[in-house]
Parts: sequence; structure tokens; C-alpha cells
Amino acid sequence: MSTSTRARISLRTLALAYLLLVVLIPISMIAYRTFEPGFGAFWASITTPAAISALQLTVLILAIVVPLNAVFGVALALALVRGHFPGKRWVHAVIDLPFALSPVVVGVSLVLLWGAHGWFGGLESMGIHVIYALPGMVLATIFVTLPFVTREVEPVLREIGSEQEQAAATLGASAGQTFRKITLPAIRWGLTYGVVLTVARALGEFGAVSVVSLGFAGQTQTLTLLVNTRYSADHNISGAYAAATLLMLVALAVLALLTVVDRKRRTL
Amino acid sequence: MITVTGASKRYGEFAALDDVSLEVPAGSLTALLGPSGSGKSTLLRAIAGLEHPDSGTVTIAGQDVTGAPPQHRDIGFVFQHYAAFKHMSVRDNVAFGLRIRKRPKREIASRVDELLGIVGLAGFQDRRPAQLSGGQRQRMALARALAVDPQVLLLDEPFGALDAIVRADLRRWLHRLHAEVHVTTVLVTHDQEEAMDVADRIAVLHNGRIEQVGSPQDLYDRPANGFVMSFLGPVATVNGSLVRPHDLRIQRERSAEAVAARVERVVHLGFEVRVDLHAVDGGAAMSAQLTRETAATLGLRSGETVAVIPVRRSELTDLPVPAAVA
Repeated sequence: MSTSTRARISLRTLALAYLLLVVLIPISMIAYRTFEPGFGAFWASITTPAAISALQLTVLILAIVVPLNAVFGVALALALVRGHFPGKRWVHAVIDLPFALSPVVVGVSLVLLWGAHGWFGGLESMGIHVIYALPGMVLATIFVTLPFVTREVEPVLREIGSEQEQAAATLGASAGQTFRKITLPAIRWGLTYGVVLTVARALGEFGAVSVVSLGFAGQTQTLTLLVNTRYSADHNISGAYAAATLLMLVALAVLALLTVVDRKRRTL
Repeated sequence: MITVTGASKRYGEFAALDDVSLEVPAGSLTALLGPSGSGKSTLLRAIAGLEHPDSGTVTIAGQDVTGAPPQHRDIGFVFQHYAAFKHMSVRDNVAFGLRIRKRPKREIASRVDELLGIVGLAGFQDRRPAQLSGGQRQRMALARALAVDPQVLLLDEPFGALDAIVRADLRRWLHRLHAEVHVTTVLVTHDQEEAMDVADRIAVLHNGRIEQVGSPQDLYDRPANGFVMSFLGPVATVNGSLVRPHDLRIQRERSAEAVAARVERVVHLGFEVRVDLHAVDGGAAMSAQLTRETAATLGLRSGETVAVIPVRRSELTDLPVPAAVA
């Protein structure tokens, strides 16, 4: 605590320089390159049929994955913190598995499971397409983003303890009322942060999604896959930058939306 | 009235409650007194429905609530660490139970204001629990528990987390409140002084069993066993029987019933004087409590040998004998 002023200032400078170097400069580069050819070119490049379809698909996947993972993530955190059941340690380990596995491996395993020759391949012959279609992409995204909400909510639940919930019960609140009025407001920040991380990861997921979708333009191509395709296959560098900027705008839009929802809930 | 019959609760090998039966008369303020691990909190939580005994029954106001969840027991519960709803204002905390019961808005508002007045928190409606002191938080918690007009009020070491001055203040305040509201109240404490100060009845618990139930004076004057006697106040052993320190007389003349003891130390505690003694034969340590006048008249000096006479000895012999209790 007795760091000298000079040491403190140089530490801060170092930390800021690091942030600048690894985060801000690359992002500014993308923004600069995006708008270098002019706004018209940018607009043209993000309104091609492939880009519009990719944007829609990306938002659709988010709209499915985020609520599902928020609900099940909170339920899982509650079970882990408040519940007593055999195999709890085992569940703890399994939740972290998506962090440990390479996304490409996740994609391959999904293909093995749901593909035409997989265990659940029967669905394919019934005309229900999972792999190279939306359900497979959703499954892959859910898998890689599974731990975020649970891991953010869990420590908060542990910290607030169960006394407030017990107090609510003695005051007549049902389990549902206690959850809505006591538990949910208490875990709000953890949940919000978990959702933000889920959104970020879902938007940026490449490995698992590209294996299960193959990224057909206009069909199974998300924005992240579009950036990659334009960059490495089409050699459309400025198009890739434009798509990347669009991706960042989606992320910012979701963040803004979350802030608004959160503020609204606080005033209720 | 609360009746607990044959309640037992085991955690593995540990018996938190061992066939406990207790009656709490309507309108009384009963203290469950015992050392930690004696089962007093478990018993209280069993009455509240926060804990489910392995066997036994609980009735509140004539209704068997053994299988009922806390929501349906018509109770108010106050926790040691307040359990304040941190994200709500003081007003919303107190109004919680009434809102759950869907009472009209105007009724809720006036009831909340009335209760905050009773607990001395008028004008604190818009504060957050974090902006209150510990004592204020606990009074808010009491108002919250009382808001729904519960049949019984259950307090789990309510003053345990507060400092001595606030604790004494709240004790007096709780006693007054009970005299006004007259709700059947059960208070858990490990502090015998608190139990004797606040309660009109005390149940002493030890190792998951009830050792004795009675008025504070009953328990002090006629303890059922050595454990109760020693838990309710200091005890000396003289010639194998138990004596309160203030029932020991010290004189210089020897007599048949007296025990010879050496004065180790004379401690002036203000309103009383404590004399630490050592029996000459056997060497048991004991303390005697004297008034200032007696001590001044005697003029005791450490090192001298005096005669100690038990003026009023209990029939009880020997210290803690919980196993011998039927």
C-alpha cells in the first residue's frame, strides 16, 4: 500500500499501454479500414444478401441461445449452491468442460452424434436436419457458452446465503415469489455479466459452429463465418472489415439493450 | 400456545434434538437457553418450519403444523444476522409480508408507518438496510416480522451480533414491546443474563434435551441439576455440594461446618467484592461474593486463612451431571 507516487504512475501507464496495444489499436484498425473506402462502400458491403442473411442468422441464434442459457444457467447455479444431491462434484466438473474442450472438437462430436450416420441420425432420415442447419448451430453455441451464466451467478448466490430467502418464506412468500422478489434482484449483476459473456462468446463462436454448419452463404453462415469467408476465401478484405464492424455493432446493440432492460427492472 | 411433542433431529451421528417436548403458553416470552450445539436453534427452526424434525409434532395455536411449510405457520421470524432484504428500502422490507398477502395499498402504508414508529424507526422509510446500524436493522427486522400479525414471534439470537450497550438497550425495548403487543414469543439465546432479563419463562437445553423449564427465579433458586445451576450463574463446590458465591460467608472464627481456605486474591468489582479462595485441604478453587460493607469490615488480605461457611447450599452435589437427569 505504500507504493511511491512514481511507481504508481508508471504501473498505471504500463497497464494502459498494454490495453492500448492488445485491444484498442486492433479495434481502431478495423474501424479505420472499414470506413477507409467511404461509408457508401461499407453500407453496400453489409447489405449484400449474404450479409443480411448472416446478420439475421446471428441474431436468431442469440435470441434462442441467450434465454435458454440464462434460465438453465440460473437453475443449475441454484441446484449447485442450494441443492443437495448425489454427484454434485461431478456436475461441477462437467459444467467447466466446455471451457476445456476445443470448439472444433465440440463441433465434430455434434456431427458424430446428430449427423446422418450418428446415434441420432434417424432424425435426418425423418427430414429433421440438425447438422448443417440451425439446430446444430444452436446446439454448438449453447455448448460453448454453457458455463458463463452458472459460473457468474454461483458465487453471488453463495455470498448472499439463504437467510433472506428463509425470511421471505416465513413472511408467507411462495418459492416463486421468493425467487422473483428476493433471489433474482440479488443475483442481478452476476446474471447480467453472465449474459454479456454469453452474448460475446455466442457472437464470436467460430470453431464449433463452422464444423456443424460449413457456413453456406445465405443459409448457415453467421457473421463471424462471413468475416472469415470474405477474408480468407473471397479475398474481399474491405468486405471482411465491414462485416467485422457490423459484428461489433451487434455486440454494442445487445449491450445497450441489456442496460436498458436492467434499468427498467430496477425501477419496477 | 406452541406445543412441541417428542421432537428428534439427527445430523448423522449428532443428535441436535433428542426427544424434546415443550409447551410455550400463549402470550408468554419464553427463552430457549443453552450453550452452542445444545439444540436451541434447531428447536426454534423446527417450530418455524425451517427445519424438519425426524420425528415428533409441532402445534401452533391448536393447529398441527408438523408438515406445514413456514409460509403456512403464521409466524414471525427474526434472524441473528437480520436477513434484511438488501435491495429494498426499509419501507419495502416491512411491507413485504403484507404485499404477499395482497392487502390494500393504503392499509399497508399506514401499518408500515405505525410499526416503524413502534420500533423507533419513524422517518427511516426510504433508507436502505445498508444505511442502518446493526441495532436499527434488527428493529427493522422485528417490525417486518410483526407486520403480518403473526400468532407467534420467533427470535433466533436476535441480539447476538450487536455490541453490549445496544444489546442491553434492545433487551429492555423487547421486554416493553412484548408487554404491549403480547404476542407469544420464543427467544433463543446462549446468554443467561439475557434470558433472565427478558423472558418470563426459560427452558434450559443441553445436548439436544431440555434440562428444565421454569421461571427465571425458579431455575436460579431450584435448579434441577448441576448443569442448570452452573449455566445460570457462577457456582462453587464446598464439601462436595454446590453453592452460589453470594451464599458463602467468610469469617475468621473456626466452626464445625466451616471449610478452611486461603485467600488468593480480593477483587473490588465496584458494587461487590469477589474473593478468590483455595480450600486448604484438597485445594479446590472457589470464589465468594461479598458486599462492600462486609468486605470492609473483614479487611481480608491475600495469603491469610479464613473459615468459609455455605449459608444456603443446594441439595445438588457435584458439577455437570446432565447424564443423571431423567
